[in-house]
Amino acid sequence: MKNTKTFRREPLTDSQLLMTIAICIFLVMYVGAMLIFKGGFLRANQIFDILNDNAPLIIVSCGLTIVMIGGGIDISVGAVTSLVVMACALFLNNGGNVYLSMLLAIGIGLGFGLVQGFLISYLDIQPFIVTLAGMFFARGMTTILSVDPQKVNIDPIHNLFETIHRGALVNTSIDPQTFNTSTENLTELVRDGKMTFFEAIKNMNFRTLLEGKIKIDWLGYTAPNGNRIPASMEYGVVIALLCVVVIFLLLKFHKLGRGFYALGGNQTSALMLGINVKRTRFLSYVICGLLSGISGYVFLLHTGAGNATNAVGMEMNAIAASIIGGTLLSGGVGNVVGTFFGVMILNTIKKIVVTSGLNAPWWQSVTTGGMLCFFIILQSVVIFIRSKVRRSRISKK
Amino acid sequence: MADHALLEMRHINKLFPGVKALSDVDFTLRKGEIHALMGENGAGKSTLIKVLTGVYQNDGGEIRVEGKNISIRSPQDAQNNGISTVYQEITLCPNLTVAENMFIGREKDVFVHNRRREKRANELLGELGIPARGSQMLGNCSLAVQQMVAIARAVDMNCKVLILDEPTSSLDDKEVNVLFGLMRDLKARGVGIIFVTHFLEQVYEVCDRITVLRNGELVGEYLTEELPQVQLVAKMIGKDLDEISSFGEVEEKEFSDADIFYEAKKLSSSDALPFDFEIHKGEVNGFTGLLGSGRSESVRAIFGADKVNGGTVKINGKHVKITKPIDAMKNGIGYLAEDRKRDGIIADLSVRENIILALQVMKGFFKPISRSESEAFADEYIKVLNIKTASRETPIGSLSGGNQQKVILARWLLTHPDYLILDEPTRGIDVGTKLEIQKLVLKLAEDGVAVTFISSEIEEMLRTCSRLIVMRDRRIVGELKGSDLNQAQVMKTIAGGES
Repeated sequence: MKNTKTFRREPLTDSQLLMTIAICIFLVMYVGAMLIFKGGFLRANQIFDILNDNAPLIIVSCGLTIVMIGGGIDISVGAVTSLVVMACALFLNNGGNVYLSMLLAIGIGLGFGLVQGFLISYLDIQPFIVTLAGMFFARGMTTILSVDPQKVNIDPIHNLFETIHRGALVNTSIDPQTFNTSTENLTELVRDGKMTFFEAIKNMNFRTLLEGKIKIDWLGYTAPNGNRIPASMEYGVVIALLCVVVIFLLLKFHKLGRGFYALGGNQTSALMLGINVKRTRFLSYVICGLLSGISGYVFLLHTGAGNATNAVGMEMNAIAASIIGGTLLSGGVGNVVGTFFGVMILNTIKKIVVTSGLNAPWWQSVTTGGMLCFFIILQSVVIFIRSKVRRSRISKK
Repeated sequence: MADHALLEMRHINKLFPGVKALSDVDFTLRKGEIHALMGENGAGKSTLIKVLTGVYQNDGGEIRVEGKNISIRSPQDAQNNGISTVYQEITLCPNLTVAENMFIGREKDVFVHNRRREKRANELLGELGIPARGSQMLGNCSLAVQQMVAIARAVDMNCKVLILDEPTSSLDDKEVNVLFGLMRDLKARGVGIIFVTHFLEQVYEVCDRITVLRNGELVGEYLTEELPQVQLVAKMIGKDLDEISSFGEVEEKEFSDADIFYEAKKLSSSDALPFDFEIHKGEVNGFTGLLGSGRSESVRAIFGADKVNGGTVKINGKHVKITKPIDAMKNGIGYLAEDRKRDGIIADLSVRENIILALQVMKGFFKPISRSESEAFADEYIKVLNIKTASRETPIGSLSGGNQQKVILARWLLTHPDYLILDEPTRGIDVGTKLEIQKLVLKLAEDGVAVTFISSEIEEMLRTCSRLIVMRDRRIVGELKGSDLNQAQVMKTIAGGES
């Protein structure tokens, strides 16, 4: 019974172990693909493509990971994403303000999170049922709104917001008529000192956001015809990565984040330890809803169009990604970095399937299903062996 | 006496619908003492603890901590008043670190400082001599250490009163000793500890005082050294040694070895330590001992209700393997479980359906018992056992406890067992039915059925059993028959050698 003040490295926790496995598998898979298929996989653009296409999925999966760590489930996330896309597309097309459209997205997401969270934690209704209802509701609303597929009209005249800000340009030396709101142009104006950074931000409109890309030239490649094609990352990816980082910090260092783990680990214990179980569970659904809203907006930034079939099946992909990333459905174990790699693994599989010439969509489903099954078995084997080793070690003591 | 009283509970009453769980109970805990709270099942000790921890609210009486009147409305209230509880089941999160488990839920900071927490945790753990590190995952620690971490959490919350509810039931001897060391250490710091346990030896090892409850009433508060173990048992069970006299003797029966129906050697299960046991045809024997002494666990092992780990079993001299209840049933063994509500009745099914259940299982599901047949069976047993029910199709849940018990008995009688195990068949039922069941047991024995009878009431056992197996701390400590079969001897054996 000596005082153990000396620092000792602790073994990895289950969350960390499963995350490590996910990262390793991703690396093995990707390096394997590089060696076998060469071509696209050797270019950084491939990674950026995956990221650009899946930014909304990353965001939604982060939210779902939180709910799953808390021992719950939310299957409404895909439908809410779709509803946000539709609502924001309609709103922008009818002359809505860009900033207000962002608020609308967050509002819808939060609304779903608040109502579902309330029903689940304060009225004690099964989360599966509540979010199933939420899913049908959001899907239905999307269909009602989608008279026609809504492509966001990027004609400047329609954008009331933009015209107002053109008016605000009068006292600068820029001619409002020829003013171009593309990112390059705004960047130039800021660089030349003709406009402050904040003015530039103010003058960004939806088109800027939609077409805006962060180009990283040195990661690009030169096409056979001699054109330099830079690697490009949409703004949505930045938002998604930001979400991953923020939620990672929340889960690791914030009181609330630790509360999610305690709740998922053992609900009775969490209550006895003085955690407000109901509020913690409520907040997990609120955060998940909020992220669905953000995801919807990022989706719109990527596609620029609202469609009734947007994000169909996204909730299932998100669940798959979380599980592959090491989140257990039973709660208490999980990691948002793992979830990020879960999304990457899922979509690398899809890319590999496509690259190997199996273009039909069912091959993607079949392989995804197989991989998911493989992962779950691998995880339970790992957890089983660990708990067995642990038990024998304890009994030896 | 109340000068340095840390906690005083005066005239505590607690009513549940139809039952008075606590009536006018007093309890006093002094600074720096370990105080055992003893009583048999239903004595009210867990109710008293729950009143103190705010799980229940008392219906009368007052609670004072350090002379101040307090009211405890929730577990949070109890903690704020310096009353902490460590339960038998660990109420910590296995997926968090030791340090987190010690501090989570009671820190004001929004962001957690893992390093600072772990440092504080290590200091406290070192101070209390608990072999754990703050950065360790709780799930990687042994149960004893987890329990001690829970205690450390309580200590860090400046608890004045620490309630340990059956803390030792899942620990081995070495772990128990470490825990006792910690308890004595806390005692030296002036913490008052309430120790709830059913292990008598442990009470005499660490406790200063003992308070005994029985049937929701206070029996008394005693200094440990002034209360011999046998007296304690007498007080818990409710018979004073002086008033012990012999009851209607069971007539002696001689059994030859050829009559042995069931014989087990070194039988053990996940819950029962290895034991030897045999029973003759037409014999009524009993398992006795205090609650938690292992009497139910042993008969559950005989029936295969728990996971059987080892041992050999012979029935009528032939080796058989009994690992599942169905094996036992096929070998002619019936088992009436201790917890009628949980393991006995299926509340929504009718009396008839409950009666034919065991027989149907034995016949297999592909040979259904016809409706008319099952009605005949039900009617027959309703009449024979005098079951009071509106009709044979009444849901069993709406019957009284005694009649429910008779239905379950009928269920087993219908299978015509050669050996019937009755675990607490008379608990919570009225006196008339009790007598009926006792008579039935004796009649079954006359017909050559072997019966094992378990009851908390020794008097009842003496009236029905011709042999008593006494258990203490999960081991068989004695076998009484013939002239030894009297209450004084039984209590002495339960309490242990010295008296």
